[in-house]
Amino acid sequence: MIEFQQVSKRYDSDHTALRHVSFGLGRGELAFLTGHSGAGKSTLLKLILLMERPSAGKVVVGGQLLNTMPRRQIPYVRRHIGAVFQNHQLLFDRTVFDNVAMPLEVMGVSHQDIGRRVRAALDKVGLLSKEKMNPVQLSGGEQQRVGIARAVVNKPPVLLADEPTGNLDPELSADIMHLFEQFSQVGVTVLIATHDIALIESMGRRRLTLAHGELLTTPPAGRVVA
Amino acid sequence: MSGRQHRQQSDRPGRGAGQSRPSLGALLASYRAHHLKVARDSARRLLRTPVASAMTWAVMGIALALPMGLLLLLTSLQGVSAGWESAARVTVYLADSVSGDEAARLQATLRERPDVADVALIHRDEALAEFRASSGLADALDYLDDNPLPHTLLVTPVDEARTAMGVDRLSGDLGGYEEVARVQVDMGWLQRLAAMTDLIARAVWVLTGLLAAAVILVIGNTIRLAIENRRDEILVAKLVGGTDAFVRRPFLYTGIWYGLGGGVVAVVILQLSVWWLNGPVRDLAMLYNSNFELHGLPADGMLGLLLVAVSLGWLGAWLAVRRHLDAIEPGEIAGS
Repeated sequence: MIEFQQVSKRYDSDHTALRHVSFGLGRGELAFLTGHSGAGKSTLLKLILLMERPSAGKVVVGGQLLNTMPRRQIPYVRRHIGAVFQNHQLLFDRTVFDNVAMPLEVMGVSHQDIGRRVRAALDKVGLLSKEKMNPVQLSGGEQQRVGIARAVVNKPPVLLADEPTGNLDPELSADIMHLFEQFSQVGVTVLIATHDIALIESMGRRRLTLAHGELLTTPPAGRVVA
Repeated sequence: MSGRQHRQQSDRPGRGAGQSRPSLGALLASYRAHHLKVARDSARRLLRTPVASAMTWAVMGIALALPMGLLLLLTSLQGVSAGWESAARVTVYLADSVSGDEAARLQATLRERPDVADVALIHRDEALAEFRASSGLADALDYLDDNPLPHTLLVTPVDEARTAMGVDRLSGDLGGYEEVARVQVDMGWLQRLAAMTDLIARAVWVLTGLLAAAVILVIGNTIRLAIENRRDEILVAKLVGGTDAFVRRPFLYTGIWYGLGGGVVAVVILQLSVWWLNGPVRDLAMLYNSNFELHGLPADGMLGLLLVAVSLGWLGAWLAVRRHLDAIEPGEIAGS
């Protein structure tokens, strides 16, 4: 679903964010992306979301080569990728329902379908009863779950998360991770960037570790679990 | 939620967004519904800050009303000169020595000319009586031994000759008769008026252009602020796959509403000014024996003004959106 081939990203200065990064994630695979701050985690996610273009190498998502994707095609690629951020990126001038509805609105989904699908997504994250509230009224964990509902409401085949549990206590973090696992079980490819080593180890999933822009040899996922 | 339930409920997500392509008709319907919603939302946003919106409308209204008002004045003036030109008459003063009979003969001769429609003879006695009655100099006239006024012929050219050139030629010919002392055509001030309206017209068009540019800049700046205020929303919309057109739409509608509001203000200003000025203008015109009148905007003029205002609003918004919206990229969401 996601494939990086010898991907490098240099910014204008001589700062190199990624060096020769290669990996592949299949359908329904869930993997963690780790590394210290500035190791290139965000850059990697940005390349998948077409917020940045690689300086060298190939980025392929859903069978499409993103390197040469024309600018006006970008929105259509993003519609197939759900994204969750540490600071949620919710809009506080509208209800929870309207926040979650945004990906469907940009796709031109009809009014009735929006209602049905938004409620299904909110139901999945356990927030159906709060659809009419403003996100400001919700707790941090609830806000994060609204962000997740928005990321999955249009059923994208790929789900990215950047420090999704950054501000949450361990119990809430585990809840969130459980949600991500459920999505991967139904075929969604999930990539989660996180610092939370304890959480990663408890989950025993594949781990991509970046250091100074280079991908370290992937430690076997089974090591901890076994 | 049990795993089983979950599996049943969302068996489809892996297939992605391509799974259910809506029909073209449904897409069009939802496209139209979206336009309506965006138009309504933009209007509501403007009404939520009534003072700020009203100020923008007022600025636009004034900037549009000023050149339109001048254009109205101009068309009214052009109406005047056109009216006078068609009424052009040539006054022919005969020499003192010409007798009444000779004057009548000349009148008959001139009537035969193809470019003359009618010739009226004002006998010198008649002229004196009229002068005595209208000038208030009756006593002074009594001191004169004889009538100082000559016989006068009023020559009305035929329609085809009522142009500046035709009248010129006619008055030249008339000056050639030996009975004629002086030919007077009151065209001089008409030509001056025509030259003046021409000049004013150009000045008005320059002013119109400048004010239209000002309107575009005002709208552009207002929209720029609106874009800044809604930065987060733009970022999220782009992130979840909103196209440029989708993201621009609310701002273009905002520009259209600003334009429409400004146009309405301009129409109100114009109609009120014309109504308020017309009384005194008519009185003044009466003193000059003219039926000059300021005309308000006709219905199609109003419609045109509103259309122009809406286009300017849209254009201003479009420029601002081009310049500022495309620069907002969701890359900044993700941090570094």
